[in-house]
Amino acid sequence: MEAKDICEILMRHLPDAVREFCIDTADPYLVIEPTCISDVAAFLKNHPDLQFDMLQLITGVDRCQSFEVVYHLTSLRFGHSVTLKAMILHDRPRIASIADIYPAADWHERETYDLLGIVFAGHPDLRRILLPDDWEGHPLRKDYVAPESYHGISNAPQ
Amino acid sequence: MIDRSGEQPRVIRRLDGEIARIQAKPPAERTFQEQRILSLYEQLCEGQMERNVLVLPVDAVLNWARAWSLWPVTFGLACCAIEMMAAGGPKTDIDRFGAGAFRPSPRQSGLMIVAGTLTYKMAPRLRRVYDQMAEPRYVIAMGGCAIAGGPYARHGYHVVKGVDRVVPVDVYVPGCPPRPEALLDGIMRLQDKIRQDTIRRVWREGFWPWKRKTSAKS
Repeated sequence: MEAKDICEILMRHLPDAVREFCIDTADPYLVIEPTCISDVAAFLKNHPDLQFDMLQLITGVDRCQSFEVVYHLTSLRFGHSVTLKAMILHDRPRIASIADIYPAADWHERETYDLLGIVFAGHPDLRRILLPDDWEGHPLRKDYVAPESYHGISNAPQ
Repeated sequence: MIDRSGEQPRVIRRLDGEIARIQAKPPAERTFQEQRILSLYEQLCEGQMERNVLVLPVDAVLNWARAWSLWPVTFGLACCAIEMMAAGGPKTDIDRFGAGAFRPSPRQSGLMIVAGTLTYKMAPRLRRVYDQMAEPRYVIAMGGCAIAGGPYARHGYHVVKGVDRVVPVDVYVPGCPPRPEALLDGIMRLQDKIRQDTIRRVWREGFWPWKRKTSAKS
């Protein structure tokens, strides 16, 4: 099934969820309302014609004015994929967790929280996953400044 | 071969008085130590002792033992560890240099090959493993990341810019990653360094390692 057909099914059932549909790119994507992400994920997973049973990736992009949370879903049954994007405010980076719908989202959301500081509301265990627990800041943000030292080890280049 | 069986060793002449005293006693009255001394004396007279005993400076013995039993602690951090494993393989067999016995415990190790990228999350663990190793201990920094941060030297927020900021390093092996031959060369350079060592260093620098002033780079 093509991305256009997937979008049509989604718009028929959840008309308020889809904000934009971009087909002109190499990888078509849907921009969805961040408040509807749980409904959209559950719908895409459970609809009999779609059956997106695998979450490939959750990642985040810092667009300076806003954050973009990107979801890549795939149906192993039908072999089609879809990319979802949700724009959230830079000042208040919060979005609902989909870890209860896709268990694979657990660590992906932790990584996105670790590196970009996006808070996934309702996540069962939102801790840092890669960096040390006492690390300050979120390094993949555009305004991040690397620390001068960590536990007394200088970070200055040689 | 020079036949020395006819000569009497100098040691024996100095012991003459003591030996004569023991021999004068009846065998039943001799103590255990006296029996041992007499037995060794008989071996000396037969020329057995010279064949079985090797006389060397203590430095030479210790350095020989240390240089040829560099057991590394298993500390592979990144892709350099693959080359370190290859160095233990049959082609460049570091077992020939006594450095192939990778130990799972730092207590049994004398060498730490820091093979790979050291992150800030790993740095306290590296220091702890180093502290748990028994003296004398040596460190080889293997690869660009371990030497100075490698490709992360300027913009890597998470990489320690050289393991010599955490532990003192003896030998630097450059490469990205270094070939097994390069690591082998590093081990041989470390052996050269150990052979120049002397126990007088302990008197000069103090016995307790935590009071000793170790320079990070040597």
